[in-house]
Amino acid sequence: MELLGIANYLVLFLTIAGVYALLTLGLNVQWGYTGILNIGVAAFFAVGAYTSALLTAPATAQPPGPGLPVAVGMLAAMPVAGILALGIGLITLNLRSDYLAIASIGIAEIVRLFLKNEEWLTNGVRGMAGIPRPFAGVDIAGWSAGGALYLALTIAVIGVVFAALQILYRAPWGRALRAIRDREVAAEAMGKNVLWFRLQSFVLGSAVMGLAGAVHVHYAGFIGPEAIDPLFATFIVWVMLIAGGSGSNLGAIVGALAIWAVWSVTELLGQIPEEPITGFGALRVFLIGLLLQVILLLRPQGIVPEPRE
Amino acid sequence: MVELAQLLIYGVVLGSIIALGAIGVSLTFGVLRFANFAHGDYMTVGAYLVLPFYAGLQLPVAAAVTLAIAGTALMAVLIDRLLFERMRNAGPLVLLVSSFGVGLMLRSAVQMAWGPRTLVYESGIQLPLLFGPLRIKPDHITIIIGAVLLVLAVHLLLTRTRMGKAMRAMSDSPELARVSGINTAQVILFTWVAGAALAATAGFFLALDTNLRADLGWHFLLPVFAAAILGGIGRPYGAIAGGYVIGIAQEFSTLVISATYKPAVAFAIMVAILILRPTGILRGN
Repeated sequence: MELLGIANYLVLFLTIAGVYALLTLGLNVQWGYTGILNIGVAAFFAVGAYTSALLTAPATAQPPGPGLPVAVGMLAAMPVAGILALGIGLITLNLRSDYLAIASIGIAEIVRLFLKNEEWLTNGVRGMAGIPRPFAGVDIAGWSAGGALYLALTIAVIGVVFAALQILYRAPWGRALRAIRDREVAAEAMGKNVLWFRLQSFVLGSAVMGLAGAVHVHYAGFIGPEAIDPLFATFIVWVMLIAGGSGSNLGAIVGALAIWAVWSVTELLGQIPEEPITGFGALRVFLIGLLLQVILLLRPQGIVPEPRE
Repeated sequence: MVELAQLLIYGVVLGSIIALGAIGVSLTFGVLRFANFAHGDYMTVGAYLVLPFYAGLQLPVAAAVTLAIAGTALMAVLIDRLLFERMRNAGPLVLLVSSFGVGLMLRSAVQMAWGPRTLVYESGIQLPLLFGPLRIKPDHITIIIGAVLLVLAVHLLLTRTRMGKAMRAMSDSPELARVSGINTAQVILFTWVAGAALAATAGFFLALDTNLRADLGWHFLLPVFAAAILGGIGRPYGAIAGGYVIGIAQEFSTLVISATYKPAVAFAIMVAILILRPTGILRGN
């Protein structure tokens, strides 16, 4: 029984870490590959989650939907998040990088307001429940294996995304992005269309974040505008990437696992004393912020540094 | 007509607060060349620091606000010494990421110190003064006059003092400023003090107009940056104009769109200016 509890917890931990790993991989394409500063990670995540939820919700769900297969929802989440990125990228990507960072806050805020207020589409603050969860209720020898099977699916998705991003990183396309990141003027002088490459990188990274949202929503079966704290979600993904090693896809995954482990362990520590500690949640956020500063000061290249060419 | 005039008053109040925040952002951007994403949270800290002196020690408002300003300025300088100064060589984008983290840490610290509940400086309802059909709260008059005085002070600082001229020189060309013998470390220190002081006052005014929450300043970051960009980033005078434009536009927007989308107005104006004239009204750097 005890062992089963630990196994179930591990499955839960790894699935959420997997969702974060996808988000971190998406951010790595933008920040790690190209040097694009996106502070609106949660917005692309939410757009992906809602897209898949709206398409796959069955007629019995609250609110009802067309009940398309989960695979369709997950595949649709990517282009929808990508189109949002295309719109905002066209306006801001030929400007200085800090302007995009500011604009991405605006996008995140507007997406949040939209999801909260447009009840006809999103059911407003009540959120959307009854979204299909693949493998839910699957029983193997008395053990409800739904969670483990979904974890396997999540790992498979990460594997595909990781492999694709590795190929792109080594390809001339990836080299062009790094050239733009490190020596923009030189890249331009070599005839690279800087705006076009930046746009592709921003859209691709955002599509991966949208996919992360879809993977999350079919695990949780529920999505609401307050289901995740958008600011904190964006922030912890940034810490994961910087800790893991910006520019390295392996680093992105390692960073997501490591930081999510730190976060989960501190949560468990908070449950040890009988009296709940006031402000403990805020203290954890504070410490994660401190961790980011320490990494930036002492090991800016992260745990798995980007390979040198 | 009366409704428009009333909205204009609210817009000027909001614009005054945005302008004070935007000048700070513009100053630190001009001199240090990085967009400080913790600036909104400096506002929050300033607003909260008034509490122990005012509600706690029962000091007069002016004294409490002055002490809160001093505290916020000290904090800004310490953060620069501990973090930003050590990261300056890594480039402006790394500084931006770091400041994003600093903002979150400040928000958490405020929550730890004052708890998650919404607070006010003074409970009770303030009766508005009636000017014909127009209603103005005494706090609004305080905010508008306070902002005008501070804007005037910034103007005198930038045009009449050696430090102000050095700040402008560094904003125009850091290398030229350095070779002409300007003590850049001193200018940076002073820029943080001035920026944080304006942020603390803006935060106090904002909390006076609404209430005290840990995310008070964070939600103000977008209009503040929109105002700074609208005016031309690194141009304090542009930031003032930008602040009032955004504040008034946000209030007037409630005539046409749902008030819940007010924050989107700042964003829309920012996007428009980025498309039409990316350098802002007063050609920023």
